[in-house]
Amino acid sequence: MELGAAALIGMGLCAAGFAGAAIGIGYIFAQTIETVGRQPNAEARIAKYCWIGFALVEAVALYGLVLAFIIMGNIS
Amino acid sequence: MENPLHHFELHPLIHLSLMGFDVSINKAVIAMWVGLLAVFGLFMLVVKSGVRLIPGKLQITAEIALGFIRDMVEEFIGKEEAHKYFPFIATLFFFILACNLIGMIPGSYTITSQLVVTGVFAISVFILTLFIGFVKHGFHFLSILVPPGVPKIMIPLMIPIEIISMIARPVSLSVRLFANMTAGHTILYVLFGLAMSTPLMIGWLPFGFTVAINGLEIAIAFIQAYIFTILTCVYIGDVIHLH
Repeated sequence: MELGAAALIGMGLCAAGFAGAAIGIGYIFAQTIETVGRQPNAEARIAKYCWIGFALVEAVALYGLVLAFIIMGNIS
Repeated sequence: MENPLHHFELHPLIHLSLMGFDVSINKAVIAMWVGLLAVFGLFMLVVKSGVRLIPGKLQITAEIALGFIRDMVEEFIGKEEAHKYFPFIATLFFFILACNLIGMIPGSYTITSQLVVTGVFAISVFILTLFIGFVKHGFHFLSILVPPGVPKIMIPLMIPIEIISMIARPVSLSVRLFANMTAGHTILYVLFGLAMSTPLMIGWLPFGFTVAINGLEIAIAFIQAYIFTILTCVYIGDVIHLH
């Protein structure tokens, strides 16, 4: 296979990692909403941990993006 | 379409070199100065215009922002130690926030989209946590590598894992901020490129998304500054309390 084409396919595959992060973020917010529904007075504390978890999960998705950038940098 | 990362490239405006190091002044340096000036100027304005018992609008803004950070520091580091680390954490928060927000001004530059900037932030936080740990606990600090309640036979396995997780902290801290800012601005660039290159019939759709993503980017600027400082608090709290 031509090397450039393979690199482009690899960059596309990096986007597949976002699916996992999407599931994770959805799960975090679903659980947060459910917990706040059960315990409305604990919302401030729960929201804090919710955002930390959100950032940690989102970072994993962005590692895939960084990998795509690295591949892109190696092509040209 | 041209390379979407093109606008992250830096070209020196004024060539300078100091003892063999390249200290040329480019767009990022100027943006960083503006950011520093904005943060410093805001707080100086509050102080210079007189701190009153009944606060004005500006003073209330500054007080709420500082109180928010103080609550965060007290929660994760502990009330008795919080006052020592509060100035550092507050400075870090406001500087990262200013760096993130300055990128939202068209034509300016997002400083935190450079890995070297976020890397310096993260490594200085990492070195600070090690320093605090060794000053506070001496060699007993190394017990952070062995989580409590681990069976003796697992200790040779746990130590390398804990060392790896320690080293992964600054890496994830810096890459998270850098990748978030870079990704956001790349999405904006791509969407705006689509809006400009298509006829008006279809072009309004990506343009509308650009407006929405702009709002999201401002939220992300706040969230990422918050996350960076809250994780700094967690790491400092970790080495103070040793689990």
